[in-house]
Amino acid sequence: MNVRYILQRLVLALLVIWGVTFVVFMIVHLVPGDPARVILGAYAPEESVAAIRERLGLNRPFLEQYGSWLGNALQGNLGTSLITSQAVSPQLLARLGPTIELAVASLLIGLAIAFPVGILSAVRPGSKLDLLASVLSQVGISVPSFWMGILLVLLFSLTLGWLPPSGYTPLGEDAGDWLAHLILPAITAGIVSASVMTRFIRSAMLDVLYANYIQTARAKGLPESVVINKHALRNAMISIVTIIGLQTTALLSGVVIVEVVFGWPGLGRLALDAVLDRDYPMLQGAVLIIAIMVTLVNVTVDLMYFFLDPRIEYA
Amino acid sequence: MADTTISKLNVKHAPDMRSRGLWSDAFRRLLRHRLGMVGALILVVTVILALFGPSLIPYDTSAMDFNARFAPPTVQHIFGTDDFGRDTFSRVALGARVSLQVGVISVGLAATVGTLLGMLAGYGNRLLDELIMRSMDVLYAFPAILLAIAIMAALGKGVGNAMIAIGVVYIPIFARIARGSVLSVRNEEFVQAAHALGAGHGRILFRHIFPNILSPIIVETSLSLAFAILAEAALSFFGLGTQPPDPSWGRMLSEGRGYFRQSVWMGIFPGLAIMVTVMAFNFLGDGLRDALDPRLRR
Repeated sequence: MNVRYILQRLVLALLVIWGVTFVVFMIVHLVPGDPARVILGAYAPEESVAAIRERLGLNRPFLEQYGSWLGNALQGNLGTSLITSQAVSPQLLARLGPTIELAVASLLIGLAIAFPVGILSAVRPGSKLDLLASVLSQVGISVPSFWMGILLVLLFSLTLGWLPPSGYTPLGEDAGDWLAHLILPAITAGIVSASVMTRFIRSAMLDVLYANYIQTARAKGLPESVVINKHALRNAMISIVTIIGLQTTALLSGVVIVEVVFGWPGLGRLALDAVLDRDYPMLQGAVLIIAIMVTLVNVTVDLMYFFLDPRIEYA
Repeated sequence: MADTTISKLNVKHAPDMRSRGLWSDAFRRLLRHRLGMVGALILVVTVILALFGPSLIPYDTSAMDFNARFAPPTVQHIFGTDDFGRDTFSRVALGARVSLQVGVISVGLAATVGTLLGMLAGYGNRLLDELIMRSMDVLYAFPAILLAIAIMAALGKGVGNAMIAIGVVYIPIFARIARGSVLSVRNEEFVQAAHALGAGHGRILFRHIFPNILSPIIVETSLSLAFAILAEAALSFFGLGTQPPDPSWGRMLSEGRGYFRQSVWMGIFPGLAIMVTVMAFNFLGDGLRDALDPRLRR
């Protein structure tokens, strides 16, 4: 039964990824009018427009174009940049690392805040801490991350001079410098996800804390820390893992914005630069890779349910 | 005559037993929801600014005064001035118009299309359900802002295209909620009764099922408006949404970014405007959730 469920999830993920490739392919084809003309502008000579049309394969029938694009993509060939005329894939790979570093650091910051605050708020609902946490998480959810990023730069970089305002140093080159550049962007993206996760963890814990087995655990005289950590938290983990998975998608959305604000050389910034330059192959590649990452995270979350709750049987 | 007096007396002393509808009950609960009301009040002010902004603001939003550049908040300019000496309060006030317009139209698009698709998926046969919901899964695989950016890359810059982009991004959320709600009521007795009375599928879906799945959709509309305003601000900040010279909160932050050291106020007020409006929609959304579904109340 379980093997069947795992296979089902994997097939579904492959279907989603196939759908993603179609959406990504469609980006160029949704351009109103002639995409080649849009790329080069109204005054470009007809020969150059024809050359771009040829290069993007826009002359061929639609399905043939998609087939050959998908075939190339499967072999890791996502075309060449219209700006640099270099292959897109190596440039994307170079940007993948920084994006993952930023996303993981932000998620860790988010979890480090959300777990203790969410659990303590649920254990003492209505307390001062609960109230403060709920106000702060409302602020965190509502604050535009690019604005928070700018304010943090104003305070910690331009006024206090503690941290660099933007840029990136590879981890292998200088770990200290890498960390210094990572802190502000990771905090910016992390605070938003901490706010969302605090609310969910609080709510998941509250659901569990009123269950009968918690009353039983208390009644038989177990210390409160055991009740919370062993009985409540473990049962709340299912909903918490779900929200961490969902949060990863939202986090990647936030990371795109934060990368632009902090000049972080990741896939998000690459995608935005590609939009502004009308470099469609580059944009398609960046969007494709991020969407595949999201799908893989979602499958992983689905599969993690098994390990968290062996009772669950899936049809 | 005497009878009337007695019945009036009875009514006066008896508890209020008049039968009220589901919606009026919910409305009363919303009125008692403190945060929900704070949200609603902020939104009323924002809507007034958006509708009547031009006649309420003290300065023309494009009137420049080079003698008053980077002014801090004063009595004349309560939010200070920007790098062109333009009045920041007037520009922030008029920015409400773009934000609300984009929010309402894009969420309207998402709610209409998403709810319709979700209802069809929940009510239709297995094949239709799979087809619609797997397509929604595909759209859901893209981080929201990235999908909006990609759609804008195809459609081009501009506030109209931003509305379409943001709308498309939120379609799957409404589809999922509508489908789930339809599944939970489609086998209820009132649906079977309508069916037995010979009602067609269209009538059952729109007259009988739709009113019963409206609550979660209303709640999601309010919460999505909050996200839509954030998304518009981000797109405008990137230079893809609202184009100059129209004042938009996201654009004001991106244009003024280089000058925040000269005048931190230029960066404070547009950001605060976004945050307060988004928070108001979140408060209202929470209030609506508590009012429409008391079981979820916590």
